[in-house]
Amino acid sequence: MSARALILVLALAGAGCASTPSDARDPLEGVNRAVFAFNDKTDEMVLRPAARLYRNVTPQGLRDAVRNFFSNIDDLFIGANNLLQGKLETAVNDWLRFAFNTTFGLLGIHDWASDMGLEKHNEDFGQTLGSWGVGDGMYLVLPLLGPSTLRDTAALPVDWAGDPLSGHTPVDERNALTATRVVGRRADLLGASRTLEEAALDRYVFLREAYLQQRRSQIHDGRPPRERPPAD
Amino acid sequence: MKRMLACAALALAAGAAQAQTTPPDELVKQVMLDIQRIIVEDKDLQSGDRAKTIRLIEDKALPYFNYVGMTALAVGVHWRKATAEQKKRLAEEFRTLLVRTYASSLSAFGDQKFEFRPLRMKPEDTDVTVQVRVLQPGSQPVIVEYDMEKTPGGWKCYDVRVAGISLVVNYRTEFGNLVRDKGIDGLIGALATKNKSLAAAEPKQ
Repeated sequence: MSARALILVLALAGAGCASTPSDARDPLEGVNRAVFAFNDKTDEMVLRPAARLYRNVTPQGLRDAVRNFFSNIDDLFIGANNLLQGKLETAVNDWLRFAFNTTFGLLGIHDWASDMGLEKHNEDFGQTLGSWGVGDGMYLVLPLLGPSTLRDTAALPVDWAGDPLSGHTPVDERNALTATRVVGRRADLLGASRTLEEAALDRYVFLREAYLQQRRSQIHDGRPPRERPPAD
Repeated sequence: MKRMLACAALALAAGAAQAQTTPPDELVKQVMLDIQRIIVEDKDLQSGDRAKTIRLIEDKALPYFNYVGMTALAVGVHWRKATAEQKKRLAEEFRTLLVRTYASSLSAFGDQKFEFRPLRMKPEDTDVTVQVRVLQPGSQPVIVEYDMEKTPGGWKCYDVRVAGISLVVNYRTEFGNLVRDKGIDGLIGALATKNKSLAAAEPKQ
């Protein structure tokens, strides 16, 4: 982290002290809200316009191909995480997907493995830590990266190391690929972010609750232990 | 003759009971496919005609939601403290917000593929979760779950979870914060303001 970034974080932390946190899971709410506002502004000025442009100038087929391509290279590390979680069969499924889509699916632009019944999974090292019993830790909003928790933030370096793109050279190519991936993902979420905008009374709280709930579900592979308060 | 009449009466009664208690998984499937068919056949709905979409949801989906129950769960512990009038207004405002939110996510509904799985339930079950998988290329299927309860008027949905995110749980913290800071009337006011601003923004879309 550069000195300038550190100063920014400290300044934000100072700003955060003014408000009192109301949620035990979110002791840094003041700082988090400041980072959230910064991310929001960046999204509005840079990412959302780029995503809209991308969506408007590319045909659906090309966007599907781009999404499939990045989804395919992710499958390698997803399989590794499933293996680390002791799910050998699922890991093999993920690697078969990669092998199949990379060859017959033309470098992954077609997801024919899904059509054959080899299902796509969603894993990362944060989920692996969670499945090993590591708790969420406090909620964090990371600059540019968005909602996270202490556990998921700690897992990020492993995710980056496991990302085939991060070792890719030349660097120009890697940057172009990364930009495409980010803009493509944002374009896929244009509908969802509008829904969030409309549904939430307080978007910060709404997104935090959604993130924490979703991570809990992901860690349990979509089958979290049921917890329902008694109905009145 | 008497016997025939008795038989007919029995058959009628059985028919009525049948109609009232369409199994929850069948009900979800019927409603979703019905809505999808209507969207596929209607250009206005595909292009995002908001007023028409809202009418569609109110006609086709809302009868199967227990929105008062949803409101009670979302308001949580504070529900008990609300007066009958406050409860009524909370439920009305929340219902409006849910319909609008639902409407904004519905334009993508037309070209999605659903996978319905038969529900394993016992005849005496009165509270079940119906799972639907929404398939999309290059992504993990999104699982949508409907928590349903058996009521005298058939099965009704009281919570929806999309990718593990429960609608009711998500609103509970927001609602809790508002009630703590501004009381129940404050929450009603915030919901009403939100709905008004959404309605005002509509012609632009």
